[in-house]
Amino acid sequence: MILSTNFLKDYLDLGDVDVHELAEKMTSLGNEYDSCGHLVNTGKLVIGEVISCEPHPDSDHLHVCKVNVGDKVLQIVCGAPNVREGLKVIVAQDGTMLPGGEIKKSNIRGQESNGMLCSIAELGLDSKFLKEEDKAGIHELPQDAKVGEDAIKYMGWDDGVIDFDLTANRGDLLSILGMAYEVGAIYDKKVKPIDLSHKEEGNLDFKVSVKTENCSLLLARKVQNITIKESTPEMKEKLMASGIRPINNVVDISNYVMLETGQPLHFYDADKLKGLLEVRMASKGEKLTTLDGKERTLSEEDIVISDGQRAIGLAGVMGGLDTEITENTKNVLIEAAVFNNVKIRRTSNKILRSEASNRFEKGLDPNRTFMAIERACHMLEKYADGTTCKGTAVYDKADKEEKKIDITVKNINDILGTNISAKEILDVFRKLDFKAETKDNEKITVSVPTRRIDISIKEDLIEEVGRIYGVDNVEGKVMLLPVRKGSYDKTAREIRNKMVNLGLNETLSYALVSDSDSDMFTNKTNEKIKILSPLTEERSTLRQSLIVSLYRIYEYNKAHDIQDIALFEMAKTFYKNKEDYKEENKLACLMTGNYDLGLSTKKVDFYIIKGVAEELLDYLGYSGRYSFLADGKIPNDFHPGKTALISVNGENVGIMGRVSPAICKDEVYVMEINLDKLLAKQVGKMKYKEISKFPTVKKDIAVLVDSDISAQELQKAIKNGGGKLLQESKVFDVYTGKGIPEGKKSIAFSIELGDSTKTLTDEIINETMNKITENLNNKFKAELRS
Amino acid sequence: MEEKVSKIKEVALKEIEDAKDVKSLEDIRVKYLGKKGELTALLKMMGELSPEERPKMGSLVNSAKSEIEEKIKNKEEILRNEELAKKLESERIDVTLPASKQRRGSKHPLNRVIEEIEDLFVSMGYDVVAGPELETDEYCFERLNLPKGHPARDMQDSFYITTEYLLRTQTSAVQARAMMANKEKSPIRIIVPGKTYRREDDATHSHQFNQVEGLVVDEKISFADLKGTLEIFMKHMLGENTRLRFRPSYFPFTEPSYEVDVSCFKCGGKGCNLCKQTGWIELLGAGIVHPNVLKMNGYDPEKYSGFAFGTGLDRLAMFKYGITDIRLLYANDVRFLNQFDRKD
Repeated sequence: MILSTNFLKDYLDLGDVDVHELAEKMTSLGNEYDSCGHLVNTGKLVIGEVISCEPHPDSDHLHVCKVNVGDKVLQIVCGAPNVREGLKVIVAQDGTMLPGGEIKKSNIRGQESNGMLCSIAELGLDSKFLKEEDKAGIHELPQDAKVGEDAIKYMGWDDGVIDFDLTANRGDLLSILGMAYEVGAIYDKKVKPIDLSHKEEGNLDFKVSVKTENCSLLLARKVQNITIKESTPEMKEKLMASGIRPINNVVDISNYVMLETGQPLHFYDADKLKGLLEVRMASKGEKLTTLDGKERTLSEEDIVISDGQRAIGLAGVMGGLDTEITENTKNVLIEAAVFNNVKIRRTSNKILRSEASNRFEKGLDPNRTFMAIERACHMLEKYADGTTCKGTAVYDKADKEEKKIDITVKNINDILGTNISAKEILDVFRKLDFKAETKDNEKITVSVPTRRIDISIKEDLIEEVGRIYGVDNVEGKVMLLPVRKGSYDKTAREIRNKMVNLGLNETLSYALVSDSDSDMFTNKTNEKIKILSPLTEERSTLRQSLIVSLYRIYEYNKAHDIQDIALFEMAKTFYKNKEDYKEENKLACLMTGNYDLGLSTKKVDFYIIKGVAEELLDYLGYSGRYSFLADGKIPNDFHPGKTALISVNGENVGIMGRVSPAICKDEVYVMEINLDKLLAKQVGKMKYKEISKFPTVKKDIAVLVDSDISAQELQKAIKNGGGKLLQESKVFDVYTGKGIPEGKKSIAFSIELGDSTKTLTDEIINETMNKITENLNNKFKAELRS
Repeated sequence: MEEKVSKIKEVALKEIEDAKDVKSLEDIRVKYLGKKGELTALLKMMGELSPEERPKMGSLVNSAKSEIEEKIKNKEEILRNEELAKKLESERIDVTLPASKQRRGSKHPLNRVIEEIEDLFVSMGYDVVAGPELETDEYCFERLNLPKGHPARDMQDSFYITTEYLLRTQTSAVQARAMMANKEKSPIRIIVPGKTYRREDDATHSHQFNQVEGLVVDEKISFADLKGTLEIFMKHMLGENTRLRFRPSYFPFTEPSYEVDVSCFKCGGKGCNLCKQTGWIELLGAGIVHPNVLKMNGYDPEKYSGFAFGTGLDRLAMFKYGITDIRLLYANDVRFLNQFDRKD
């Protein structure tokens, strides 16, 4: 809503209020604005009179003019075709700032020029308000304009305008009257009455009918014998300042009254109707050509106005082309109605948003509907010479009663945390023009004017008191609540810290990815979740794996010549399972390039990322409970020979491996762990374990096995063979090549045996080592190497 | 005899003095004090002396012996120290060579801000809770006093999945969840940091962003409590000199509702580019929990009142670290991420 202060002053005695001050005061009341200034923002322009106008001696289109600006006569060179002697003009003198720049004294083809005669286009008025003649030549002021006076003021274009960005609940402020009540509360001024008077002659020959519950109020009046002409400059100025293009007096009046009252009106050419206005729902596929010349196809959800036979208007949004006001219109039928705001919102979202629909959507005050139609009659009589027919056609199911709300002084002070007196509270309601009564200075009954449709419960009134009393006058308090311990999920933070300590950079990526990315790095067995109306295809589907996001981040960085990359992220992934939408917390890593290991670096390989996984799992307390499976179902986007599933307590919780060379030539290693699955596995408390008093014994063995046997399998066999005495077994060497037969490998283990109750004898040690080697041999035909 | 002793002593002390290393010192010890040493030889000759002379001579020789021993000991210590110093000097390294340290990772600035806020509110007795990002219309809107068709739904164009499911537009959805989950309907003090989604994407808006929501429900909670709490919050995040400005506003789930501006921390309120010359930066939305919201989620508005607030974490992180473009937060350029590798 753009507020014109000139317009506002019709209803409020504001004197010379500064528009910026007004904007700030409105802001502190909760009414934000986007911009604030004047209709025309220029330096001082004066009214001048062209006292002589001679052709420029050295040009075929320029004129050299002598212009009287009151205190002096200036020579100005002018190129406008309409410049002539005796014309009253707008003069920009040397040094005046215009939107196009500063006007300076100059010499044009040998003739001194001390300023500029202005066209309207040069004043910076929005181009939608400019007519052809405004662009073609200098502006011609009426002959009564006084030479030497401020030209902008003369035209009323010094009007202060504020473009408000209003909250959705304040539909009442989409009107000059509503603004007047709000501003009146700030400056403690009473709103002036609106003139609704008009004569009546002849009888109304129109009926109204409503065939849907989506219209609660419908009024129609007829005004005859109107004259179509241009509106007065004052009316045009107020419309332009409000952002509306003047068209002709009748159309302008419908807009003007809408701006004043907030009630959109529709004017029909009464002679193109058939004596009936009917409101009904459109039939499916029904067609209507709207005022803008576009054919609209409607649905059963749209409310239409009909003449009894066909749709002649899209209720609350736009009128029909057939019945519009034209230059030949003689008689006008005025429609004023209240439609269901939700229905209007849906239709306008679908078809077109307009000044009217914006107001219908927010809800209307039915008392204003009655006011607006009378005001329109008044204006048509005053500015279009029309006469109103006796009688109004009425359909009325609207609730026009004022709401009464009971509230106490205590209610207000409890919620605001203040100590405001009953007297101060009553004063707030007086400023707002709400009737408020109290007998005991505690219980207050407030009658809320119907224009304030946003107020229905006592909390709404508390907000009003807070607003007008002044939020800054409420002192902030330190809450006194029982002391309690706050809590948060520490594990996520522990994981984050661990990953940072392992040298990885934490990322933050988008959950929405492209359709094809959404199931990358998964087995593609889950149903995708897609956005109904995505912004772009790139962000249309919820990701099922975090790896794809990290992979795209890797690509971005690689494109910026960054090779050594180690990333991690904790976030959610999503998929659909039958009718259920699932979201899972996951951790993912990506590593490529070199990884720092002290002074030396190592090219990232599978074992580096495996180290990250193990370090994390050990840190979280899963030591000894996890294993890595190479024979599970590996998604196609991984290198099949360099990927393993991460299994904890026999359940698959994640995956790690190399990104398939088919996708990426570089060696990029990735890992993803489902934190919901992992952390569901309980970890025991950290507890001290007695340190054995008896020494342990370390024995190294190397065995020759088929090269496809995994170290993990061999270690399992060692563990079985060693039984309770086995403290630890570590792989310390793997060798193939010279001396090792084809298809075989040598793998060496360091085995630690011990017993916390006694020192092991050589006999037991040898016996245990034999069991281990036997077990290895039985299961894997492992030959002991000497 | 006496002369002989003093002569030997004199020579020996001189040799000790001149000794260049521990080895030659040992030779000197053997030469004078060894089994065949010169002083030892003199002691052996004691038998030839008269009984009167013997004790005198004995003490004379012994004192010379201990004097030499003492001298050798002292000299040895000096020589050993010199040798050690020499050896250590030869081991000198270039301490300016690069350290053998492991690479330090980094924590995303947004999560740094979340952790900081969590720590602050946990210290004030709040629980940190989470909720689903794929939310139902019921929790995201309806239980927050935003029935279908409510004009305020316009304020948040949403990513719907179906007519019932959407990506949550606000962490406020967790307000309703927390109240519904509290079976005893006992007081609540929570904050909810998390991801939120809206159908807009431009230079200043990211379709995915982060918010933190705060909710307190208890007896006699007032706007003054909200004001006091947000003052602590904002001063903690943006500095002790931060001032707050509350402007009445409208949110369907609070009544009264406020938008909260903070004094511009760049110019201190004088007006600059960051605050668009206003001196203020809009940072939070807040208010007193609407009685309908309490009622709909099982709390008696006659007994309980509450306040709620919410703020965008992306902007907070940008302000805290001087990040000029929101897109940097989501681009994940390693050169950007690497800058957040130390304690705040």
